[in-house]
Amino acid sequence: MEKQGKITFINGPVVEAENMTGYIMRELVYVGKLKLVGEIIELDGNSATIQVYEETSGMKPGEPVFSTGHPLSVQLGPGIIGNIFDGIQRPLPFLEEKDGPFIQRGTRVSALDPEKEWELKILIEEGDYLKSGQIVAEFDETSVIIHKIMVPPGKEGEVIERVPDGRYSIDHVIAKIKDKEENITEIKLYQEWPIRKPRPYLDRLELGVPLLTGQRVLDTFFPIAKGGTAAIPGGFGAGKTMTQHQLAKWSDADIIIYIGCGERGNEMTDVLEEFPELEDPETGKSMMERTVLIANTSNMPVSAREASIYTGITLGEYYRDMGYHVAIMADSTSRWAEALREISGRLEEMPAEEGFPAYLPTRLAEFYERAGYVKTLGEENEGSISLIGAVSPPGADFSEPVTQNTKRFVRCFWALDKSLAASRHFPAVSWLDSYSEYLNDLEPWYKDNVNEEWFELRSRAMSLLKEESRLQDIVQLVGEDVLPDNQRLILEVAKLIKIGFLQQNAFDDIDRYSDINKQYWLLKIILYLYDQAQPLVKKSVPISQLKNDELFNKLLRLKNTVANDEIDKIKEFRQEIDDFYQQLADSYQK
Amino acid sequence: MLKKEYTGLANINGPLIVIENVDDVAYDEMVEITAPDGEVRKGRVLQVSSNKAVVQVFEGSTGLNINESRVKFLKEPMKVALSKDILGRVFNGVGEAADDGGQIYSENKYDINSKPMNPYSRQYPRNYIQTGVSAVDGLMTLIRGQKLPIFSGNGLPHNQLAAQITRQAKLGKDDEKFAVVFVAMGIKHDESRYFIKSFEESGVLQNVVMYVNLADDPSVERIIAPRVALTAAEYLAFEENMHILVVMTDMTSYSEALRELSSRRGEVPGRKGYPGYLYSDLASLYERAGMIKGREGSITQIPILTMPNDDITHPIPDLTGYITEGQIVLKRDLFQRDVYPPINILPSLSRLMKDGVGAEYTREDHSDISSQLYAAYSHVNEVKSLASVIGEDELSKIDQKYLEFGEKFENKFLKQDKFNSRDIEETLSLAWDLISELPEHELDRLSEKMIDKYYRRKDENGET
Ligand SMILES: Nc1ncnc2c1ncn2[C@@H]1O[C@H](COP(=O)(O)OP(=O)(O)O)[C@@H](O)[C@H]1O
Ligand SMILES: [Mg+2]
Repeated sequence: MEKQGKITFINGPVVEAENMTGYIMRELVYVGKLKLVGEIIELDGNSATIQVYEETSGMKPGEPVFSTGHPLSVQLGPGIIGNIFDGIQRPLPFLEEKDGPFIQRGTRVSALDPEKEWELKILIEEGDYLKSGQIVAEFDETSVIIHKIMVPPGKEGEVIERVPDGRYSIDHVIAKIKDKEENITEIKLYQEWPIRKPRPYLDRLELGVPLLTGQRVLDTFFPIAKGGTAAIPGGFGAGKTMTQHQLAKWSDADIIIYIGCGERGNEMTDVLEEFPELEDPETGKSMMERTVLIANTSNMPVSAREASIYTGITLGEYYRDMGYHVAIMADSTSRWAEALREISGRLEEMPAEEGFPAYLPTRLAEFYERAGYVKTLGEENEGSISLIGAVSPPGADFSEPVTQNTKRFVRCFWALDKSLAASRHFPAVSWLDSYSEYLNDLEPWYKDNVNEEWFELRSRAMSLLKEESRLQDIVQLVGEDVLPDNQRLILEVAKLIKIGFLQQNAFDDIDRYSDINKQYWLLKIILYLYDQAQPLVKKSVPISQLKNDELFNKLLRLKNTVANDEIDKIKEFRQEIDDFYQQLADSYQK
Repeated sequence: MLKKEYTGLANINGPLIVIENVDDVAYDEMVEITAPDGEVRKGRVLQVSSNKAVVQVFEGSTGLNINESRVKFLKEPMKVALSKDILGRVFNGVGEAADDGGQIYSENKYDINSKPMNPYSRQYPRNYIQTGVSAVDGLMTLIRGQKLPIFSGNGLPHNQLAAQITRQAKLGKDDEKFAVVFVAMGIKHDESRYFIKSFEESGVLQNVVMYVNLADDPSVERIIAPRVALTAAEYLAFEENMHILVVMTDMTSYSEALRELSSRRGEVPGRKGYPGYLYSDLASLYERAGMIKGREGSITQIPILTMPNDDITHPIPDLTGYITEGQIVLKRDLFQRDVYPPINILPSLSRLMKDGVGAEYTREDHSDISSQLYAAYSHVNEVKSLASVIGEDELSKIDQKYLEFGEKFENKFLKQDKFNSRDIEETLSLAWDLISELPEHELDRLSEKMIDKYYRRKDENGET
């Protein structure tokens, strides 16, 4: 018999219903005559509280609630890459086709195109015994991603039937396996998975490889590991979204999942228009060939905003299980936390800090714990999920609950500074407040792959910046002229680091992406200049001579003038520095 | 359809009333309330359970009583009738005629809450609007389809600036396709008159639709007014293919009305007593700006808000800044020094500028020179605070140059007459005049190519 509940109460996205015996917690339900998508978030005797993912306007008490028997899930299969979905995995291009430019309610569409056929290569034979996660078939999903059909987690068995290589749509049964208890599992081109449940893996591995982003301040000063976590807190206009977009474009991950959670519609449109045109420096193919967008913008229903984060990460885990390195950007996790708060408020739960529910830290921890570098089920490949969440603190005050609790669960903290942004120093990542706890884990990689002295160089630059900040405090009180020349030289060199290295213009075709080698050499050349100039201070050469406008200016422009494959030009610049200071020294010798 | 009428209320609390023993009531449907004296008001269902409905009365509950008030449920959400006849007309906050032109009759009725625009269907805004105001055009360029608010304070000339932008921005290629939707929320009578006069003087009145809720009108109407206005804007933009500039003032009064309603409902308050959903609520208004693929029209929004205590971290400017595509921030200190428009450029920003300026739209050097002006002016502020400690005379030569630059920047670039419109060439050329006050090697945001082309080099005598 079909179970059917009855609505008793409606308050925005929160709906209560009775006659709900037999429904399960977190079950996906269809609510009201329009069959809006909802999820059960509380069961109490015969009645249930439901969070509805669409606008409830016009709904009446007495309308029905329909059961589906399964939790809110996503469809995992080909057609995810290059697509744009809403928070509950409805493909936005399909919604447009059906409903026009405004999102209507109750529209149900399949997440993945049921008609499209894929050219499969079957990798198993009848009689093979398959474990969970083992690969059954593969094919090109895009020009850069090979999609792998896996045995769903928890299933295994002997292949009793398989189809030949050929073209199949997602609903096609391509193999049947029978386990020891004689249970038969049909394998199709897709599987379903509940969004709130992490997908299993064999083992968690230690982190030791950086996720290179092409952003100098990040890769060189505060690197994140593949499988790691980072937060980007910052007030409005500080550059969170731009930084996330830069990461989505230039990170050396295989797959990017970009979750626009409660932010601007135009920012998603921007990605949609720009990414197909951009070329991935590694594959030479369009960026969209490796990107998935999840868009639940600020004007879309607030409860789907809450779900969008989980939808995104579950898609990510699916590709991780194929052995890919996935990077997920969530902009902004604060909007997700606020969605939790809004729902919690409507449920009249007892609030903890600033109205947020007491379970906020638990939810944040669960979310960031889904990142990691793993050995996959079945094939025992390596795959990873790196998670980078933007945080939008009210009034740019980092002491608020979301920033503080996030800080507990992430290991990179890329703090954006309002005053840097105001003076258009971008990316406005504060070198004094940010940190990366992955430095030690990554040190061997940098030493082996970039340069033996990488870390020493980084530490020297960092101490110069710290020293400069201390000196600036003095300068603000008494002016620069009273400082001795060796300290004034530090101010000048720090300025070179800030402008010539840390500042990176996202709109400049050359500057926007620095490979790790260019980063090394840019920093190296600045410190090289320092090393040549320093001895002259001792010989009483005045700072006004040491700071030669032409030389300094040229050095500052290296980031814009030297492309990644022209590093020799930076190396050659050493000669110019040598020549200049040699001449200067000579003229003072006499 | 039979519309049942109920007599008697269970409870009255500010603009909220509770009706018991109802059935077949829908969430968010419209309600008609008849007061004991026969006056009819409108309202909306905020919450409904099997036998009880909570209703928000737009005109407020003054004059209602428990026994005799009558309530009728209208079976549909709030809609407004729209046609091109709305141009040149004045309406109240709930969309009823407030001039003597009579009601609008139209077959086409539109739900004031509209539906969220599919991000996939949006067209990314790229065409810049020349406002003729140097600070705006040069440094925080307004783009057609953008939402760019003015963050102001009490007594600052935000109305003058909004009026000037409206007046000067209309001069485009297709004038007849341009209209203004003006929505007043809780502003003073003289402010409203100021706008009407200014529209009249610039000869656009025939292309203005006004929705006016003044300071002494019921505050709960303020929550409806911008929704009605934006529905009209959507109609004009996406059905009549017009370019619409929506001026919304004052978002602070709007948010206060929302706070009042929330506290009446006994909701858990967030920062400074504003409801936790203020962000989503404001987004449901601001995100209605934009453009749609394949349609000609556009909605550009200029919301105005007065920051309580000039505090930009107050929830209203803060949440607004998180949603809008930048902000124009006014500064009292500049105003007191007689700089109009008193725009504090450092916290100001146009997020859409990056894709709407440059060789294709304005000029190749636009984005670099603007970034250089920001950087230089930001240094001016550092120098000023240093000067206040050690004295101007003790400043280094170069810092003294910066001070001079800062002074000229404020008085020649920012400062501008209310009726003076500078075209983009003039603005950029002014920018180069000023930046050329600084020595070349200070200009780290400009490429050598740009410097060679536009920098005004001086000879020994200081002549350019
Ligand atoms: N790396 C960058 N290079 C150049 N401009 C930047 C950069 N990062 C931020 N900006 C500028 O700052 C503005 C705001 O950045 P955004 O990322 O949208 O801020 P947030 O998301 O923190 O509100 C952008 O529109 C752009 O003008
Ligand atoms: Mg942002």
